[in-house]
Amino acid sequence: MDVKSIYLTIVLAPLVGAILAGFFGRQIGRVGSHVATILGVGISTVLSLYVLKGFIDGDASFQFNETLYTWMVAGGIRFEVGFLVDQLTALMMAVVTFVSLMVHIYTIGYMKDDPGYQRFFSYISLFTFSMLMLVMANNFTQLFFGWEAVGLVSYLLIGFWYKRPSAIFANLKAFLVNRVGDFGFLLGIGLVLYHFDSLNYAEVFARTAEPGIAAATIELIPGHAWSMMTVICILLFIGAMGKSAQAPLHVWLPDSMEGPTPISALIHAATMVTAGIFMVSRMSPLFEMSDTALSFVMLTGAFTAFFMGLIGLVQNDIKRVVAYSTLSQLGYMTVALGVSAYSAAIFHLMTHAFFKALLFLAAGSVIMGMHHQQDMRFMGGLKKYMPITFITAWIGTIALTGFPGTSGFFSKDIIIEAVAESDRYGASVAYWAVLLGVLITSIYSFRLLYLTFHGPERHSAPGAHGDDHHDDAHHHDDHQHHGDGKPHESPWVVWVPLVLLAIPSLLIGWFTAKPILFDGWLGQAIVVHEKNDVLAELSPHFHSSAGFALEGFKHWPFWLMLIGFALATWVYLLKPGLSAQIAKVFKLPVRILNDKYGFDRLYQALFARGSLRLGNALWRFGDRALIDGAVVDGSAKTVGRFSQILRLAQSGYLYDYAFVMIVGLLLLLMLFVFGR
Amino acid sequence: MNIESIFQAVFSEAGVFYVCGGVLLVAAIMVITLRNPVHAALSLVLCFFASAGVWILLEAEFLGIVLVLVYVGAVMVLFLFVVMMLDINIAEVREGFVRALPVGVVVAGLMAVSLIVVVGAKRFGFESFGPPIKAAAGHSNTAEIGRTLFGKYLFPFEIAAVILLVAIVVAITLTLRKRPDTKYQNPARQVQVRRDDRVRLVDIPSESKKGGAP
Amino acid sequence: MIPLSHFLILSALLFSVAVAGIFINRKNMIVLLMCIELMLLAVNMNFVAFSRFLDDTDGQVFVFFILTVAAAEAAIGLAILVVLFRNRRTINVDAISEMKG
Repeated sequence: MDVKSIYLTIVLAPLVGAILAGFFGRQIGRVGSHVATILGVGISTVLSLYVLKGFIDGDASFQFNETLYTWMVAGGIRFEVGFLVDQLTALMMAVVTFVSLMVHIYTIGYMKDDPGYQRFFSYISLFTFSMLMLVMANNFTQLFFGWEAVGLVSYLLIGFWYKRPSAIFANLKAFLVNRVGDFGFLLGIGLVLYHFDSLNYAEVFARTAEPGIAAATIELIPGHAWSMMTVICILLFIGAMGKSAQAPLHVWLPDSMEGPTPISALIHAATMVTAGIFMVSRMSPLFEMSDTALSFVMLTGAFTAFFMGLIGLVQNDIKRVVAYSTLSQLGYMTVALGVSAYSAAIFHLMTHAFFKALLFLAAGSVIMGMHHQQDMRFMGGLKKYMPITFITAWIGTIALTGFPGTSGFFSKDIIIEAVAESDRYGASVAYWAVLLGVLITSIYSFRLLYLTFHGPERHSAPGAHGDDHHDDAHHHDDHQHHGDGKPHESPWVVWVPLVLLAIPSLLIGWFTAKPILFDGWLGQAIVVHEKNDVLAELSPHFHSSAGFALEGFKHWPFWLMLIGFALATWVYLLKPGLSAQIAKVFKLPVRILNDKYGFDRLYQALFARGSLRLGNALWRFGDRALIDGAVVDGSAKTVGRFSQILRLAQSGYLYDYAFVMIVGLLLLLMLFVFGR
Repeated sequence: MNIESIFQAVFSEAGVFYVCGGVLLVAAIMVITLRNPVHAALSLVLCFFASAGVWILLEAEFLGIVLVLVYVGAVMVLFLFVVMMLDINIAEVREGFVRALPVGVVVAGLMAVSLIVVVGAKRFGFESFGPPIKAAAGHSNTAEIGRTLFGKYLFPFEIAAVILLVAIVVAITLTLRKRPDTKYQNPARQVQVRRDDRVRLVDIPSESKKGGAP
Repeated sequence: MIPLSHFLILSALLFSVAVAGIFINRKNMIVLLMCIELMLLAVNMNFVAFSRFLDDTDGQVFVFFILTVAAAEAAIGLAILVVLFRNRRTINVDAISEMKG
């Protein structure tokens, strides 16, 4: 098979699965749907791993950059469908398809009793297709198509249980916040087209060497000239901020937990939110041309990494802790991008995909086992009921907190060291943010483990049932056949993916750190200017993975992690009442954290309510009074009024008509005689 | 000023013109203002006479005579017949006369001014239209009209005849009344008669008397 | 010598008087008809004058036809007037403002 067919198959197989499950779901039934979609995604996964292996072996025949189909040529702009497959793409493809396959298998168990079973499989396959189109794109048009498509599927999936108002609120919020990001993104793409005269990556990147391109300025505010490249990069990054949930466009991610847990794992941890990171990496030739934009990226990421982690400390819903953790880790990836350590960002993207998906699926397993209880205050002591979930959750957590040797350790530590090494404007602030973030991460991660799996069982504590029943579809069925009320381990379709994700969480960093980060495996995909290349400067320190891991025990991140572990153990395991006392002492900070810094309140009051009021005002004054009243009804009424006046001329009396005739004649006459 | 000169002045071309024109205008004003419609009709007759005088001055003798004979003799007589026949309530039709007077005068005045500006001496004076050639002594205006009428305009002449026929028919049709006490036959209805309208057979039981002949 | 303009002015004045007559006697149908006759007379005057000064008989022939038509129109108009009078016992123009047949 030639590579083009392989790539087409990789992209289209999930689409076929999605179409079969979506349109013919009723005909082929539940089993048929999951078989069709898993087959589609499975084929994609196998082929993606095959392609990845080819790249690892250095086989150049897998490099591919071709336009497959010209959609249209309008006004000199070419809109095409094409694939660019290099190492970066291959890595993303492998991650996306593998995690997607795990989620597909997991869903068989998780959504077993849901009436929308086929619809769900169709959606997650459709998502896989969209994400693949995004990462394999070779031009901005297709990138944008994939971008929007994943946003759409995310909307559909967050609001999967569409009868629930909180879900509908969440999916609309996600879509609208994404739209704000997309607006910036589209402006950025427009400027790229304007500046480079092309939408094709290869052509755009080739032109970055031209001196005119770098020096060009743009006057958005008359009189103030800004560097064109800075503006373009910042606009593109705004798109990434929306998609990857960086502050202030982060507000949708916690709400997206309204969707079923499998999609939290797939979309909001491993793949869709990483689209922004991927995009910036792909655009590294452009971003390298603007230090200002990269500083902006870095500082945004640093803010998100630190402050979002703090919110995770006060969350009681197990999924929300993991959600804020995701926000924080995305911040880490963004910071890495900001210091021009693109490879590190991609590396962390890959490792994070594995352990975060693992943590989400484990949380889902816990929720299933606890009969849809999501509040950690009513869990506890689950390690003896759900051993496999327990062990895999611990593995995921130590990977997340960066215990030396795990994949998370390699990716996070490199980022922290890269930030330390960088001399970009604002790097020192970012360094403190990511360093302290390790402490915070450690605290909330171990808190989650202790509250869920260890300690006394609080399953029947007051307030346990009756609230927080998020996964409604399972509600009625579970109370029937789980009559004993005790939590239990989930079926094999649920824990096998957990195990399959735990393995790379532990091991993959060990083997891939050196090649990706220091040996330039990503090759031509990433462009870094020499003065910015922090990874090159770090390279001499890294001799082997083992060496680096041992070194890791001596560095600050490990110590901070240990301190966090100790704190969490003391507060949540050894002295449980302490957390309540601490909360009383630090009342104001706790309140601020619970309020999520007021972002949601601000957006709700300003934008949501503001838009509603604007709409209302426009309806009342613009639509009703002006258009309906004055123009539509008004014109009719005016005609009516005129007719009333003109009617008086039709008196029925002969002499009146004669009068009018004569006067008319007179006027015509006078016009002719005197009018010249 | 002796009689000779006055006579000469009055019967010169200009004199005839001004006298006839003046009478014409005065009579016209009388037509529109007089209260009694018979008087108004008679004023109109005077208009026509004066007009005929002007036309003869313009060497259109045939038309001048026709005006008097046909127009006055037939049409105005018809007017007078109708006016005298109808019992008109003068007060009712004079209503609004005084109110409309200013408007009428203004409109008519404006119209007159406009028209006179157009046809005034500037465009139609002697410079543009030279004095007409006087016809020879024995020249027959009638013959000339006849030549043109039956020559060039024969077809319109025939049409004019048809128009008059139509006028006759219309006038009769509109005003003809059936007199209620005249008996006449309607052949169309006679032919349409049916047996049932005329004959009705009735069954009467025969009467029988005791003895004796019927 | 009377120039053409004099005749035309005379005709114009006669026409204006007739128009004034229509305005003033709007209710009296007979006078209306008489004013129409006056207007036609004014027009005839024009035609004859031009016929003389342009030395063309066509003008007088046209007057001939106008006279014909005027006569026909007067006859029919009076017939209508008579019928109206029979029905309404008045020659007030207002009486025929009803549109129904």
